[in-house]
Amino acid sequence: MAKFEISPKLQMNRRKFLTAASLGLSGITLSGCDAFDSGLGIGGGLRSFLENANGLTYRAQQLLAGRDALAPEFTEADIRQPQRPNGVTAPDDDTYKGLLANNFADWRLEVTGLVEKPLSLTREQLQNMPSRTQITRHDCVEGWSCIAKWTGTPLSLVLDQAMVKPQARYVMFHCLDTIDRSLSGDIKYYGTIDLIDARHPQTILAYGLNGKPLPVENGAPLRVRVERQLGYKMPKYLYKIELVDSFAAIGGGRGGYWEDNGYDWYGGI
Amino acid sequence: METIARSEPSTGADAAAPKDATLIYRQSRWTRLTHWLWAISLFFMLLSGLQIFNARPQLYIGKQSGFEFNNTVFAIGAEDTDAGPRGYTEIFGHRFDTTGVLGWSGPAGNETARGFPSWATIPSYYDLGTARVVHFFFAWILTTTLIVWLVASLVNGHLRRDLAPRLDDLKRLPRDIVDHAKLKFHHTREYNTLQKMAYGGVLFVLLPLMIITGLAMSPSMNSVLPWLNELLGGRQTARTIHFIVMVLLVGFFIIHMLMILAAGPINELRSIITGWYRTDPPAKHDEPAERSA
Repeated sequence: MAKFEISPKLQMNRRKFLTAASLGLSGITLSGCDAFDSGLGIGGGLRSFLENANGLTYRAQQLLAGRDALAPEFTEADIRQPQRPNGVTAPDDDTYKGLLANNFADWRLEVTGLVEKPLSLTREQLQNMPSRTQITRHDCVEGWSCIAKWTGTPLSLVLDQAMVKPQARYVMFHCLDTIDRSLSGDIKYYGTIDLIDARHPQTILAYGLNGKPLPVENGAPLRVRVERQLGYKMPKYLYKIELVDSFAAIGGGRGGYWEDNGYDWYGGI
Repeated sequence: METIARSEPSTGADAAAPKDATLIYRQSRWTRLTHWLWAISLFFMLLSGLQIFNARPQLYIGKQSGFEFNNTVFAIGAEDTDAGPRGYTEIFGHRFDTTGVLGWSGPAGNETARGFPSWATIPSYYDLGTARVVHFFFAWILTTTLIVWLVASLVNGHLRRDLAPRLDDLKRLPRDIVDHAKLKFHHTREYNTLQKMAYGGVLFVLLPLMIITGLAMSPSMNSVLPWLNELLGGRQTARTIHFIVMVLLVGFFIIHMLMILAAGPINELRSIITGWYRTDPPAKHDEPAERSA
């Protein structure tokens, strides 16, 4: 089996190893779908080919939805339960715990990268800017939905204040929470969206949930709402917004923590 | 009444009939090509779809998923019991033990908690991201194929000639049902009533409903077609319908396979691969009522 030949170039991650192992075992314990496991790993030729469909979906939905088509908004009567938290719900990072202990008085939102005027905003400064409140449905990639009321500062206002340079193409969100650990250290959550979604009227930096300050489990002190995409595109525990022209050199190069782990970059479907 | 496309009258006994007399060109290349593209797409969409479902093996009715209230209509799960972990499936609150297949499955000694079992999902291990990549790739293939088929079938007359319902179909429905129940099949150029209903139902009801409910789950499409989820009863209802249509399509597939096996797999396969189909010699189906006695 070629898969098991040791090559200095071949760095098998756990998933590839398991795939290879299951392929090796499949002669004995053939269960139908093992046959399709190989080639589907990140970076695999077949996988990369199939992923083109996400680019097609992205362009098609961009064409159909345009810049400003709004996600459906709901009524107070539709808020029937607390917003279900997901992912990291209590960051164990010392920095975060320190900020939390002080009720985020020392927390700042940095706006950096391809901007004319880098910003460092306190919670009060953000909350003193014009706000938007919206009752929207949060759709998790796993399949569930939950309706809640979000209050926050439109991201477009922050971008305007920082004066985005023309070469910027993506907004990158940097987070305080460690979501994963690797040999090279802790991996913090991060993500990217394009400037169309960044400037969408419903894209807000939320500090309020259901009429109260945003709880820790839902991303305090600040999280993003990107209402035309799935939950994994809306990072929590935000501390830095960076304008970039490419995300190829950051993390796994796929534009976000979950993207580096195999989710499509465009999460509108 | 339904005998057409026979070039010459048969000269006598069945065995003596010239081969070419009963061999007809039944399926156009468009029908055959789209048929196989659907077969491939639906195979991958089913198996990747079951993997996606495993990420949240519950179905709800309404706009959202009830965590603090109950709107769950279907759930697959695992629970610890005195006899060890068991898999269960719950439909409208009625619980069934489905250990080994749904909820708790895997090789002996290595069972895990998972909705649908490893052999029914792509990839076989838990991987939502990859399943979504596969699912949406084939969603494009499936939808494009449906559009190509629709246009081709309008142009080449397949729709009008073979699928459009006629008054006659209604009249022969009872006899069709009896014939199918007796596994007595007539091999003719045209589809019988049950076939028309099955194929028409899949192509004009199930597949479009699958695509529509799929789109209704997309938050971006919700901004383009905000009324769609309202029409369907909410995003979670759309997801539930998506699942039910999957079950119906699997049901269609099983019956489709059984009918092909019963009606003569070689002949049926040949017609959907090469287009050529052997019809019954005239005597065999001109007077089916007499022969069925």
